[in-house]
Amino acid sequence: MSRTNIWLWSAAGVIYAFLYVPLAIVVLYSFNDSKLNAEWVGFTLSWYKTLFQNTEMLTAARNSLIIALSASFSATLLGTMAGLAIHRYKLKVLPVLVFTPVAMPEILLGVSLLLFFLQVLNLTLGMVSIIIAHTTFCIGFVAIIVRARLQGMDESIFEAARDLGASPWQTFRLVTLPLIIPAVVAGALMSFTLSIDDFVITFFTKGVGEPILPIHIYTMIKVAVTPEVNAISTLLMLLTLVMIIIAARFESHASSSANATSRETG
Amino acid sequence: MALLEIRNVTRRFGSYTAVDNVSISVEAGEFFTLLGPSGCGKTTLLRMIAGFDLPDSGQILLDGRDMVGTPPEKRPVHTVFQTYALFPHMTVADNIAFPLKMAGKKTHEIKTRVADALDSVRLSNFGNRFPNELSGGQKQRVAFARGLVNRPRLLLLDEPLGALDAKLREEMQMELINLQKEVGVTFVFVTHAQNEALALSHRIAVMNRGNVEQIDEPSKIYGFPRNRFVADFIGKISMMSAQVLEASPTHLRLDVGDMGEVTTAGKEGIKAGDKGTIAIRPEQILISHPSEAPRLKNHFLGKVQDFLYAGDVTTYIVELANGAYMEALLPNSAPGRAKFFEVGDPVSVSWHHDAGIFLND
Amino acid sequence: MTKEEANAPRAARFLVSGPPLLFLIVFFVVPSLIMILTSFRFPGEFGGLAPITAPAGANHGEYGLTTEAYQFFFSDILYAEIFLKSFGVALATTLICLVMAYPLAVLIAHSEKRFRNLMVLLVVLPFASNFLIRIYAWMIILGPESGLSHFINAILGAFGVAPVTLLFSPFAVLIGMVYVHLPFMVLPLYTNLEKHDPSLLDAAQDLGANGWQRFWRVTWPLSLPGVFSGSALVFIPVLGMFAVPDILGGTGDILIGNLIKDQFLGTRDWPFGSALSIMLTLVVLSVAGLAAWFARSATGQRAV
Repeated sequence: MSRTNIWLWSAAGVIYAFLYVPLAIVVLYSFNDSKLNAEWVGFTLSWYKTLFQNTEMLTAARNSLIIALSASFSATLLGTMAGLAIHRYKLKVLPVLVFTPVAMPEILLGVSLLLFFLQVLNLTLGMVSIIIAHTTFCIGFVAIIVRARLQGMDESIFEAARDLGASPWQTFRLVTLPLIIPAVVAGALMSFTLSIDDFVITFFTKGVGEPILPIHIYTMIKVAVTPEVNAISTLLMLLTLVMIIIAARFESHASSSANATSRETG
Repeated sequence: MALLEIRNVTRRFGSYTAVDNVSISVEAGEFFTLLGPSGCGKTTLLRMIAGFDLPDSGQILLDGRDMVGTPPEKRPVHTVFQTYALFPHMTVADNIAFPLKMAGKKTHEIKTRVADALDSVRLSNFGNRFPNELSGGQKQRVAFARGLVNRPRLLLLDEPLGALDAKLREEMQMELINLQKEVGVTFVFVTHAQNEALALSHRIAVMNRGNVEQIDEPSKIYGFPRNRFVADFIGKISMMSAQVLEASPTHLRLDVGDMGEVTTAGKEGIKAGDKGTIAIRPEQILISHPSEAPRLKNHFLGKVQDFLYAGDVTTYIVELANGAYMEALLPNSAPGRAKFFEVGDPVSVSWHHDAGIFLND
Repeated sequence: MTKEEANAPRAARFLVSGPPLLFLIVFFVVPSLIMILTSFRFPGEFGGLAPITAPAGANHGEYGLTTEAYQFFFSDILYAEIFLKSFGVALATTLICLVMAYPLAVLIAHSEKRFRNLMVLLVVLPFASNFLIRIYAWMIILGPESGLSHFINAILGAFGVAPVTLLFSPFAVLIGMVYVHLPFMVLPLYTNLEKHDPSLLDAAQDLGANGWQRFWRVTWPLSLPGVFSGSALVFIPVLGMFAVPDILGGTGDILIGNLIKDQFLGTRDWPFGSALSIMLTLVVLSVAGLAAWFARSATGQRAV
């Protein structure tokens, strides 16, 4: 703590509080025995009960889960390929296409996909359109993670594998793949989380059919706010927390064996 | 027939020629070294032998067959990389077993051979460790074992001792010599450390800017360098421009500008009137008090300008009357005396009438 | 054969880079081109688009390509005002995030190595929760029935000022934007600050600089690339955001994002919506380009 002082710590404390207090309030009031999110009345689990009886909410949750699993699967597959290709083949066009959807405002992607689906594909908006849309913006995240992992590795191990008799395919199967698996898993978890939480792009590409969880929450917020929203929010936060912890564990496990491949002296 | 024959190999990168029409033969069982400063092309050449790069023209023949066109995994050539390149997700034993698995050997045979390989590098109990648990020297040895276990026709070593500290490096050098003798595999070793090349090799190819300057045994490279570059690159040397006055089989008489006349060893093909350089090694130059100077034909007076104390020997940099500098080596063998001469001392430098070598321009 | 081809057969290269490339061309490039095209078309009678070519025997209506949508934008100052307002909100959000994130990033960068990852994780975690939840939380806090509102109005009341509604106001929108985007500013700043050589500050102190001077003349200039990345990562998304004003803002607080959303899901004037989107894209590209240029010149001038 050589250079830090009381001001820095206080400022940091305030900001951490700023980040967490609002979320804590949401969680707190999910157990509040009052329809209004105003004052604490008493502890209750009734909002959670109502939640599990809300069939539309449950359908929305189920749909979001299906979408997240599908989108995460395809995004991980395509994103891993993209990460490998960008790292190995130094193409010029692929990085631009992969990383721009990540950088630009989501509304632009949502709007352009809406136009594309309706005009060109004449596709009825629904689960499929959402899955495609989510895949598109998740590819970039997976590619970034996979590429970062590859960049941290000693390149010569791939040459060493070929030198010692492995064909390109064997090199991929026995050396490359085992070493990027942690990054692939992290990318999959990240895509899953992003898909479940996505609001903007889903908003434009969902059409009028099936209920989707974030949109359902949005409607509840705009139309009739009840602490049921707090309850579903708390559950979602829990889910995301679990995913992040698993992903972080994989990353740190990955980086400890990656350190072994980077240059060391003596 | 030589085991490895490199014939007229050239490799260009754009307008830059990394390897320029190089031809080298390596005999079976040799410890052959490619020596040169960075950028001389030695690593590029090594990669072409391994198969990771292809020559723009020329042939690379192993046992008489041209390897160009054969991918690396099909060549009976293995490489020990500068960064060891051990597979981090496999144990030491699995690392060493890898080439055997690729060659399709049976499990039983693999087990025995891996155990033997570990023994040969004195890592018998390390089979279950992972690379990140090993020290630099240990990783080094695993890399050697892995490269040799499959009995390749040729083992390529790309500056493998580069990352080791001085003492470990020396130990590994001895181990390497013994390993090569034991296993009998032909080594092609790449390094920029000339003392390492001199110590380890049967023969050395000195490279500079894509060209091979000289291929010879270490003692010949050191004692009879072919040109200024080789003379200067290996070891320390004092050089002065000179012109031949008289050439005989046993010695040459040279005119060294304002220093006067000196004599040096005779050399074939040199005749009177040739212009060039006289080059003398520091250990051939005797330094002494002016009053105690030995009676040698070549002797000059000078002043100690500086010295490099190395513990066992001291190299004195002497400024001669005409402003030229010579380096003289003196062992510090007298006990109790740290050094013989101080900066500013007047000294006499001398050498035998046939010491040194004349290099034609 | 080139060196690359000696290592990786052509087929492998196509197999690996092909699928993602194809997918992104179909589902990213093509839709973007469609959007550009749509901005130059006429709106259909009942929403959507009019066809480009006139159907046979149709009476003369509006068909073909036009710049009508863009003209419409420039015809009413209202739309330009909304763009400017969005720009202002984005700028304010960025500056507030910068002021809040900087001390935090400095603290994390100077902390012991084993705590750093945890501290960074703690900053990122709220970001991982659902975006709507984070906005909803502020609905609760700023709502008229909340403790905070009561508290502030009580203070105002003591001074004889009329009570204010915190929610559904520009203030609420700003807080919402800052809250959602703060982690994006912290991470690039921290990544940059972590790489600073501590001996530079020692050297400055040794040569007589006090605390403020050390910050202003050493830390701040070296942190500029991080400042620019973080600013871009906040500014650009805020420009396009519509959910925050939609939930936390009042009727007069709409930004570009809301306007675009209305065109597609409300009034269904697709050409106008597309034109707005294209213009937003151009602004975003200019900002990104400017940020990159600033970052490059900032690091170039500091020949440290």
